[in-house]
Amino acid sequence: MKDKYRIVFSGSGGQGIITAAVIIAEAAVLYENLNAVQTQSYGPAARGGSSRSDVIISGSEIFFPKIIQPNSLICLTQAAYNDFSSIIRPGGILVTDSKYVSIEKKIDANQIELPIYNTVKKTIGNPVVFNICLLGVIIKIKQIVKKESIIKVMEQRIHPDFLNMNIDAIELGMSMASDIKGIT
Amino acid sequence: MKKNISFIQGNEACVQGALYAGLDLFAGYPITPSTEITELLSIRLPQKGGYFMQMEDEIASMCAIIGASLTGCKVMTATSGPGFSLMQEALGYAVMTEIPCVIVNIQRGGPSTGNPTHVSQGDVNQARWGIHGDHSIITMTASNHQDVFSVTVDAFNLAETYRTPVILLFDEVIGHMREKLIIPEKDDIELIQRLKTTVSEGVDFRPYLPRDDGRIPMADFGGTHRHNVTGLFHDMWGFPSNNPKIVDGLIHHLVDKINNNINIIAKVKEFHIDDARTILISYGASARTARHVVENRRSRGERIGLLELITLWPFPSHIIREKCRNARFIIVVEMNFGQILKEVKTCIDKPEKVFLANRVDGVLITVQDIRTILRIVQ
Repeated sequence: MKDKYRIVFSGSGGQGIITAAVIIAEAAVLYENLNAVQTQSYGPAARGGSSRSDVIISGSEIFFPKIIQPNSLICLTQAAYNDFSSIIRPGGILVTDSKYVSIEKKIDANQIELPIYNTVKKTIGNPVVFNICLLGVIIKIKQIVKKESIIKVMEQRIHPDFLNMNIDAIELGMSMASDIKGIT
Repeated sequence: MKKNISFIQGNEACVQGALYAGLDLFAGYPITPSTEITELLSIRLPQKGGYFMQMEDEIASMCAIIGASLTGCKVMTATSGPGFSLMQEALGYAVMTEIPCVIVNIQRGGPSTGNPTHVSQGDVNQARWGIHGDHSIITMTASNHQDVFSVTVDAFNLAETYRTPVILLFDEVIGHMREKLIIPEKDDIELIQRLKTTVSEGVDFRPYLPRDDGRIPMADFGGTHRHNVTGLFHDMWGFPSNNPKIVDGLIHHLVDKINNNINIIAKVKEFHIDDARTILISYGASARTARHVVENRRSRGERIGLLELITLWPFPSHIIREKCRNARFIIVVEMNFGQILKEVKTCIDKPEKVFLANRVDGVLITVQDIRTILRIVQ
């Protein structure tokens, strides 16, 4: 990967977007020999308000660490969608969860609307892995890092009792995104 | 996976540097955006046999590390603007009594409690002149985690070498951002240990008598020698004195021991400087944006370069003057009203060619901010 790939995760404090951002960035750095920088909003926003985490992944050095125009934007609340949908890079990817976000207008991006939360709840039973399922969706749509790298990071960060549930969530996300075509 | 590689926050890189340098005792009071330093050391320092003390405030924190340093420990505290203000009195005491210690300030917006979760570089002059009275002090900064680690190790080495407080002035973006750090192997970086007195028990011990090389050996409090320590001007035995000769000698010693070694202490990183017509001067998180601009424009053939300051104080005037001699324009990129700009203007032959690109709203200065200034200037 020579060019930079920029992902903005946005949603509400407690949805696990910061954890998801750290896991994908750490997988890139530790297991794919790439560079990554992760930043996030701090303060009350991260504890219940509208929250955001930026990840830049690149084969070369990354200087400016924030994202002005993301290649991929993930919105997990209506407020986040309203705040951030206009910043997406033209031709980029917008992923929203259909339980939380209703799409109001068409933008110049691949708009992917998936029932991630409801599927996690129905299939796995525990919504705590919502964010990990989301990572499965992202790495299937855009092969930024390998599934195996994400699993290696989770092996370090997640209690062994919950590891299988998280691996199931990654695979569920990847299968949900397997029908999406036409994104390069 | 490579050995010793991790993906961590800048605050943790600082913790790793301090542990590598041999930190023995940390006393502090948690404050955003430096809290992770205190939090992580509360776990890791006791694990390696060190001491962690959570204090009632930053005044006590600074006093605690001074006391611990006197017993022979390598010490550190960490804070942000409001806490750094509270530390100033005891910081002056450490300067006067020549006690090695490291103070980390992860800058937020100010004055007062200011903008706790947002970035600023507004404490640059406070680090230099926050304490009263003439003095000199060492202050260093960094723009990436590898440098955060190495300047933290350097800070401990300089504190021991010159018997002085050393300030590490990072900022919220660097402290909170996560990126790669590769921790060097043990012994890859030389560590300077406390120079201890060889005067034996029963012999007159003069705690402020320098050796030929200017370094002053110390005796651990509670050890062989009983000696006096005071914030008043003092003689070589550490006892108060207002004898003009002694006062003059001590104040010159405090300033000269740092200023006369500026060639050894001051560090600057250069990027594409040799043929640069436009030179950006920056430090900390701002230097990341400046580097972004420089690398982009260089790839299009523009003769532009970056001087990244690692040492802020003593100010590396001699390096700036030399490197900027042939530049047509010099842009200082920082997140304050021009605290380093003023220093640059005083050391450049033609101050009218120095301009400021800044931002003071708690948002990291952007590529566009710098471009706008370049367009106006060029």
